[in-house]
Amino acid sequence: MDKHIVSPNPHIHAPVSTRSLMLDVIIALCPAVVVSFLFYGWSEVMIMAVSIVSCVLLEWAITKWMLKAPSTVGDLSAVVTAILLAMNLPPVTPWWVVVIGAAVAIAVAKMSFGGIGQNIFNPAITGRVFLLLSFPAIMTDWTLPQGFINPHLDAFSGATLLGQVNILGAAQADKLVGLQTLWHNIGGSAGEISAIALLAGWLYLVVRKVIRPWITLSIFATVAVIAAIFHLADPESFTGPLFNLLTGGVILGACFMATDYVTSPMSNLGGVIFGFGIGLIVMMIRYFGSYPEGMSFAILIMNMAVPLLNMAFHQRKFGRK
Amino acid sequence: MTSTILWTIAILAGLGFLLALVLYLIAERFKVVEDPRIDEVEKVMPGANCGGCGFAGCRAFADSAVKAPNLDGHYCPVGGSEVMKKVADILGFAVEEKAPQVAVLRCNGTCAARPTVNYYDGVKSCKVKAALYSGDTACPFGCLGCGDCVEACQFGALHMDPETGLPVVDEEKCTACGACVKACPKALLELRNKGPRGMREFVACRNTDKGPVAKKACANACIGCGICVKTCTHEAITMENNIAYIDFAKCKLCRECEAMCPTGAIHGVNFPKPLDKAALKERIAKRKEESHE
Amino acid sequence: MSKITFKIGGVHPDDSKLSRGCAIEVLPLPETVYVSMAQHLGAPAKPIVAVGDKVKAGQLIAEAGGFISAVVHSPVSGTVKAIAPRADLAGRPVMHVEIAVEGDEWADGIDLSDTLVTEIPDDRAAMLKKIQDCGVVGLGGATFPTHVKLNPAPGSVAECLILNGAECEPYLTSDFRILLERTKEIIVGAAIMQKVLGGCRTVIAIEENKPEAIKAVSDALKELPYKIEVLPLKKKYPQGGEKQLIAAVMGREVGSGALPISVGAVVQNVATSLAVYEAVQKNKPLLTNVLTVTGDCLPVEKQHNYLFRIGVPLSFIAEYAGGIPEGAAKLISGGPMMGRAIANLDATTVKGSSSILYLSEAATKRNAQTACIRCGRCSQACPMGLEPHLLYRLYEAGDYDGLEANAVQDCIECGCCLYSCPAYVPLLDQIRQAKGAVLGIIRARAAAAKAAAEAAKSNESKNQ
Repeated sequence: MDKHIVSPNPHIHAPVSTRSLMLDVIIALCPAVVVSFLFYGWSEVMIMAVSIVSCVLLEWAITKWMLKAPSTVGDLSAVVTAILLAMNLPPVTPWWVVVIGAAVAIAVAKMSFGGIGQNIFNPAITGRVFLLLSFPAIMTDWTLPQGFINPHLDAFSGATLLGQVNILGAAQADKLVGLQTLWHNIGGSAGEISAIALLAGWLYLVVRKVIRPWITLSIFATVAVIAAIFHLADPESFTGPLFNLLTGGVILGACFMATDYVTSPMSNLGGVIFGFGIGLIVMMIRYFGSYPEGMSFAILIMNMAVPLLNMAFHQRKFGRK
Repeated sequence: MTSTILWTIAILAGLGFLLALVLYLIAERFKVVEDPRIDEVEKVMPGANCGGCGFAGCRAFADSAVKAPNLDGHYCPVGGSEVMKKVADILGFAVEEKAPQVAVLRCNGTCAARPTVNYYDGVKSCKVKAALYSGDTACPFGCLGCGDCVEACQFGALHMDPETGLPVVDEEKCTACGACVKACPKALLELRNKGPRGMREFVACRNTDKGPVAKKACANACIGCGICVKTCTHEAITMENNIAYIDFAKCKLCRECEAMCPTGAIHGVNFPKPLDKAALKERIAKRKEESHE
Repeated sequence: MSKITFKIGGVHPDDSKLSRGCAIEVLPLPETVYVSMAQHLGAPAKPIVAVGDKVKAGQLIAEAGGFISAVVHSPVSGTVKAIAPRADLAGRPVMHVEIAVEGDEWADGIDLSDTLVTEIPDDRAAMLKKIQDCGVVGLGGATFPTHVKLNPAPGSVAECLILNGAECEPYLTSDFRILLERTKEIIVGAAIMQKVLGGCRTVIAIEENKPEAIKAVSDALKELPYKIEVLPLKKKYPQGGEKQLIAAVMGREVGSGALPISVGAVVQNVATSLAVYEAVQKNKPLLTNVLTVTGDCLPVEKQHNYLFRIGVPLSFIAEYAGGIPEGAAKLISGGPMMGRAIANLDATTVKGSSSILYLSEAATKRNAQTACIRCGRCSQACPMGLEPHLLYRLYEAGDYDGLEANAVQDCIECGCCLYSCPAYVPLLDQIRQAKGAVLGIIRARAAAAKAAAEAAKSNESKNQ
């Protein structure tokens, strides 16, 4: 008799692996990446390339020489981190800043915790926040590079829409947001230029059941409700729901960063509370803090609460109350 | 400016004093009175927390030993007599001498001796494998080779030999804590007396199948032929369920059984000279003749 | 599209019912059969024949070994050659009765005709006795003695009898084929069990990936005088799990450690129903079952559904069906989700044997385990609402209190967690160990509590 495999059940496996899931995330990010290339041209292509190359090389080097473990580059999670990092940087970031960001994301935020699955903080956001605090001038330089297509982005090339709030006042800033912003936003991180592209990618992930929609929906709902309450109370000082949803990386963060498997709660209810926390913190930072955006900080802060949420919320067990 | 600095220093100093006071009061209030001998005993323990003594760790052992009326049931296999003497000194007890022991693998089903008929694709765990089926070879009693014993050993005294597929005990490192004995689902590891200068004889097989079946499953199996039992002049060997067992307390290390075993299931280790089969067989034959006369 | 299914978890593997078109063929008799004494849940049966005895097909050869046990009959006529331990499909020794086949002579009183007997006797106790005497056990997988299940403890009332025709395991088609070919017998069997249970609601539940079976059953029901309904279910694994099926059909959840009867449910497989029919109406003991020979590496024209005599070695069936196909990496008895890998093809068939499944390496080999990415897919898939990733970690940490608090003992070992894990963490492998350990702790605690209560009682009576 030939030798045959013996193993415990189950004997078949779903056509899914860490790599296939990460590949799905990359596919979902493609529309937004393409739009950012169109608008920001070679500058953005360069940032993306530097980010991917440095993230992947770093992870490979760390697993090979420091951890002396089998390489985890093949699972593509480093590529996802790299794309998200690049999407979170201004489109004119110098290449060496990208490399530093990648080093913080991969070496500090991910590998020093033990690699994929072990990190507490979202690597891409950690990298971005590190850069924001270390190089504030570079990270808020919203100069528009030459794009492949040239929309009429003339008026506000110096600051993001959220930055305009301090200059123009809330009421004026609100008027800058319209249906047009759904397709292409102006000024801001490279990846958040097109809300439609981001939402299309998110929808792809939800339909493919790669992620569950609850975290994202919870963030959107919280941001919208809080903004609506404050805006109704005082439209002169506080910007409205649509403005807050479409600016400052809320969509990018809610769709792709807050939903990162490793750094988000596992249960549905935990996810909803996680999203609520993010929405609340981001709105508090925007309305009362000194940073105009706040999405990165909100996600990092809530990342810390994930172990607690995982302990507190479990799904309903069969036959038990 | 100066006053600001002074104020800061003063407030910080005051705060430090106040908090220290609070800490002191809390420490006093919740002080746990413990027998100081527990600490003393713990200090002389090996500190491996291996659980070989049957307690949760060295501290638990010390705690229990201090409270016990005598040292019955308290024996640290890792530290052995040396440590137990120290413990007894601290507590004022007498201690029994115990012969040093070592873990011994009672399977010699090497890859070469046991043809494999299946291969395993589950989690690397003998426990899981044993619960699933009888193993990758025709011998349902032999080593499964997933290394649960290696995992269990806290002293690094076990490693898998890739050539034989069996675990190897490093006698220098083995402390006879018994963790591997508990870990093996096939009960292949046994704590045996180390013997004089490490010399000992044992049957490296647990196959209770009848001779031909066992032989077919593994070339090195004990086939229960009983020759060793007849050979032994010290009544150290017993045969039960087609498997021989050597009582290490009775064995005189004459190596006659080892010489007579047709399958090489009986192992002698740490002897200064290699086994001289011919000489031993001659000796046995001679003795037989004499007894006939 | 049916919407009826269970609510928590579940997965959707491709159903791969490749052998669905293969009509049931009668397997010829081999020269020797080996009848296992451990074919059912509970105590092994005790042989009552001796070496050299002549036996007829249907003759009792072993009696029940305890309350939860079942009798065993000779599947063939011939001479008892040996009563000795023999390796089962896991390679472990189990007591077998070896019978050399001589002709095919049947014991007296067994009706071998094909005529359908729709008249159901009135004596419930007698029917129950017949089911017990014919050695009928649950053929859905667990092989729990049927007479025990059909005789609920006093005080519990059966409100619904569910005939399990879900056959949610991919590849398997034996239940599907008997639903098509033995429709009326199955329905009469269901009616018998309905009567034994006191005339409760009776439902034949079939997953909707078997529309032919649903049609055949509903057509047959129109011609027969019984109050039985057919219920199409949405396809989802593990719908055929007892607790999941009850949740789907009745919307009730059986509590942890409780039996289905606690929510008024009795579940029987359709194959069991056929066995009950043959036992009660034909006086025929459980000697045969239908087994599927299938697999992804087996051409469809070589796939079969066989009516086999229980005790025929698996190797004989494999040989008769054309040998082990090229490219088969794993041989499985049962479905690919819950079946058992065959370590020893010389093992014999038992009452609950449902398939020989050949899977290719591509279909069955596990990928290397990588780090858990905390995606939560295992929790989403678990039909018991457990969190396998958490249980796995608790087991690695040796936290048995935590395991019990997180209900590891509720695990039904359906395999959904490992099936859906992108990192190929061996979740079920370890959770099964954890479950065993925790069940042991629970049992030991219950025994200790019982002993303490008895000690207190005896003290009390002494004092009085």
